[in-house]
Amino acid sequence: MGLDIRTPIGLMFSVFGVILTIYGLLSNPAIYGRSLGINVNLVWGLALLVFGITMLLLGMRRGRLVKK
Amino acid sequence: MNLTPVDWLLMAVYFAFVLGIGVVLKRYVKNSSDFFQAGRSLPAWICGLAFLSANLGAQEVIGMAASGAKYGIATSHFYWIGAIPAMVFVGVFMMPFYYGSRARSVPEYLRLRFDEKTRGVNAISFAVMTVFSSGISMYAMAKLIQTMRLLDGPFAKLGVSAAWTFHVSIAVSALIVLGYILLGGLTSAIYNEVLQFFLIVAGFLPLVFLGLKNVGGWNGLKHQLPSAFTHSWQGMSNAHTNPLGVDAFGLVMGLGFVLSFGYWCTDFLVIQRAMAADSMSAARRTPLIAALPKMVFPLLVILPGMIAIALPNPAATAINPSTGQKLVSNPGGKGLIPAKVDETTGAPILDSSGKPILDYDLAIPNMLLHYFPTGILGLGMTALLASFMSGMAGNVTAFNSVWTYDIYQSYINPNASDAHYLWMGRVATVFGIALSVIAAYAASRFNNIMDFLQLVFAFVNAPLFATFLLGMFCKRTTGHGAFFGLVSGTAGAAIHQGLTLPQGAAVGIKGGWLGAVHTYPSEMAQNFWTAIWAWSACFVVTIVISLCTRAREEMELVGLVYSLTERPSQEDVAWYMRPAVLGAIVIGIALLLNLIFW
Repeated sequence: MGLDIRTPIGLMFSVFGVILTIYGLLSNPAIYGRSLGINVNLVWGLALLVFGITMLLLGMRRGRLVKK
Repeated sequence: MNLTPVDWLLMAVYFAFVLGIGVVLKRYVKNSSDFFQAGRSLPAWICGLAFLSANLGAQEVIGMAASGAKYGIATSHFYWIGAIPAMVFVGVFMMPFYYGSRARSVPEYLRLRFDEKTRGVNAISFAVMTVFSSGISMYAMAKLIQTMRLLDGPFAKLGVSAAWTFHVSIAVSALIVLGYILLGGLTSAIYNEVLQFFLIVAGFLPLVFLGLKNVGGWNGLKHQLPSAFTHSWQGMSNAHTNPLGVDAFGLVMGLGFVLSFGYWCTDFLVIQRAMAADSMSAARRTPLIAALPKMVFPLLVILPGMIAIALPNPAATAINPSTGQKLVSNPGGKGLIPAKVDETTGAPILDSSGKPILDYDLAIPNMLLHYFPTGILGLGMTALLASFMSGMAGNVTAFNSVWTYDIYQSYINPNASDAHYLWMGRVATVFGIALSVIAAYAASRFNNIMDFLQLVFAFVNAPLFATFLLGMFCKRTTGHGAFFGLVSGTAGAAIHQGLTLPQGAAVGIKGGWLGAVHTYPSEMAQNFWTAIWAWSACFVVTIVISLCTRAREEMELVGLVYSLTERPSQEDVAWYMRPAVLGAIVIGIALLLNLIFW
């Protein structure tokens, strides 16, 4: 199949990660009372960003192998 | 409930990707095989995650959390007993026939192995069933969006009445699913299912983490719940001493054997994902790869339900979904689970013994509202919507294949060009979704009709595995045997249901309409035993009639029956990727999980 699924997955989760991380940095800390004082937007945003970039790299690596 | 712009942004990103995948894939759809079978070109891990995700409909995420709140960890039986063994069996033993026979669908396998009438009965009942399942998924989603008042905020801004929520939810979900299936066919559905799988994990993992941290981990949860809630096998020796109301034999035979093998080994909705794999070995690995995340899914969907019921009542930050306001007290409810409320009087609805009936289906939505601040709340809600849409899309792709190959090509227009069948598949997608929308509205008007239909489907499905088992592993089984076995099995299920009643239920749709001669401790026990009787009736009748009718020539059955088919070689892949090894690993982990949560 021409489209490696890891590319859209990686892209989408990177976008999610960036949005949540930025929002986590800018948001009022008072909203984190319900999440037990943890800034879940920041923490989970970073985690999703790492996952997204990993998927993108895996997709790109296969792309290069196929070209060779 | 009011979502903020950041929540809507996350949701919009998801929908953009869903449709974007369809748009990109469109140029790869050149013939009917690309559209219906994803060109048989996908690697095992993609098919495996789609295999799992296609089954992750509304019933799964909302329903399993509800069941976790109601029955506790015993719900895990639906995974470790009611799915894993069957998933291993279909991968190791049955996939060689599905994939190797070059059948394009499960009914088509029945045509090759048996005859036209057996295929016909399976294809038609399956096609009707998929349309209704997808309609019920759509209905449940629209209902949930309405209950949570998700769209009230934006609608108020646009000056639209909140009464439109239900219609808009149905229309938008139907159009999105229609869009990406029309564009990319099965590949598009499978890719989106993989996307949805990761999204559901990303949305629910932090929820479980926060919930567990809040109640003091698994040990803290144990302290706050009755011990039967945290031990999956406690009291299973007798139906009256465990929360499910089922005895161990009924559980293992009814759920673990008949229902679970009937679903995972014969339902084209999931088998279609494995048949899209790029090789025999990948097709066989598909259900085994799916089994690995399937085993840990209870942590993701059952635990939130258990946490929701374990939290102190009233939980200070719980939100009442019907008003969107903070719940200061939860009258009649327990933890985060509210009581069902009479819409006209506003008072909790009571059962026959005077206790309020809890609305367990709100376990997951309330957990999301309880723990997630805006931002990640958008992610959680998107994950919830994704689970509904993957259930719908799975049914629609299975429907368009069965309609086009097994009904249209077989009975209506057998000699058309490939381009014509591709066109028909797209048309079938449109009317399949249109029929689902009608089913969704029927579900909202006539609740009883839906209960009745689900009952009929249960009767039709229960005996199926007996037919496949005898067909694949016994060359003597004949077409007449298979057909009349199926019919007798369905009749057996109906008769058993008509003669029995769950405790405390009234005669009618719950059973007893032929005169109740036996009472089961719970509806679940009755369902499991109905399945056992249906399966046994089908098994016996198929054997008897097969022995009385003429068997087919062995030559014709090569590739379709175990004893006449060469075993697929496993030598071309690394040892840990061989189906038998992978299957043994999966079974080992499932046993271990049962022991841990004993």
